[in-house]
Amino acid sequence: MATLKELRGRIASVTATRKITKAMQMVAAAKLRRAQDAANAARPYAERMDAVLASVAKGFVEQGATQPLLVGTGKDDVHALVVMTAERGLCGGFNSSIAKLARHDAQKLMGQGKTVKIITVGSKGADNLRRDLGSKFVDHVDLRGIRRLSITNAENISDKLTSMYEAGEFDVATIYFSEFKSVINQVPTALQLIPPKLPEVEDDSKDNDASQAAYDYEPDEEAILDYLLSRNLSTQLFRGLLENAASEQGARMTAMDNATRNAGEMIDKLTISYNRQRQANITKELIEIISGAEAL
Amino acid sequence: MSQSTFTFELVSPERLLTSGEAESVVVPGADGDFQVFAQHAPVVSTLRPGVIDVAFPDQKSARYFVRAGLVEVNGARCTVLAQDAHDVKDLDSSRIAEEISTAERQLANAGDDHDAKALAERTIEQLKSLV
Repeated sequence: MATLKELRGRIASVTATRKITKAMQMVAAAKLRRAQDAANAARPYAERMDAVLASVAKGFVEQGATQPLLVGTGKDDVHALVVMTAERGLCGGFNSSIAKLARHDAQKLMGQGKTVKIITVGSKGADNLRRDLGSKFVDHVDLRGIRRLSITNAENISDKLTSMYEAGEFDVATIYFSEFKSVINQVPTALQLIPPKLPEVEDDSKDNDASQAAYDYEPDEEAILDYLLSRNLSTQLFRGLLENAASEQGARMTAMDNATRNAGEMIDKLTISYNRQRQANITKELIEIISGAEAL
Repeated sequence: MSQSTFTFELVSPERLLTSGEAESVVVPGADGDFQVFAQHAPVVSTLRPGVIDVAFPDQKSARYFVRAGLVEVNGARCTVLAQDAHDVKDLDSSRIAEEISTAERQLANAGDDHDAKALAERTIEQLKSLV
């Protein structure tokens, strides 16, 4: 049995830990709000981009397009996996669940005899995958020290991807990130970016004037498509980054909430054994005094 | 909805800048500036650096500087997907100077790429006209 002094020390340390986890939870809650606002603000652009891309690309695919960014290289031998995770830990299973999904897919692809190249975004995913797949790493993007994600961060990644793709270094690119469903639910997601899976064009009858109109293209259709495809890449990457940011804070909030609750339970238990121990000591001393007095 | 207005939306990757009814919009298209009124013929165009001029029904107007982007017009809607958009009101001289120096760096990096060079030159020229 621990002594009273030891128990007092442990209660003090668990109380301090609870304060820290509580503070982290509140910080995560505040950051989550901001991250969610950013994700919501970015949504209209992505939606409209999707709509325009779908309607422009549809005609091209029917005519037999040649843009490698749209139709792929015709092979699927080399896969690039872009694994996007956080820069920090202490957020429950957030980082490891993304890494797990990426690892699973990478092993499956390797089992099929494909080559896998991994680009990590955020150091936690890199740490997590290094032991099994470290030899497949080709690039790393550091997000440390970035306070507010901007489209520039996504553009840097998409520039890297585009130049690698143009140099023929991979055939298919997939990004891994965590989709934010709610504070307690984040779903690790794989999304194929190159060649893109195009959203279905909506049924024409719903939106007559918009989709049946024959558009004029300036300067020409091809230039527009090229522009759209490269922008689409950045937009999707940006979306992934923002979803990830919100998910990370959500996961951290939940994890810290659990930690705070556990610390509270632990303090209760320790306090009970502290009080028992104290009472036992008093009783023992009383017995000693009484039996001493009786002996006289 | 009356015939004289249409829905105008300006979105950047980071947020929705404006959305509402407008009477006319001047857009810096890649092949030249053009003005959009209600019932404009459907067109999709890329943008070059320049200023978007919006006239709202209540005599108000707004101006936005865009670096690049895409505009989609059909009879009832005009949507600008801007790559980098700023309300001209929010651009003070120090911000403009900052943007100009970014464009100048791009110009220096452009090297032999004539398209990139022309783009950067136009950006600088447009920015200077705002001062």
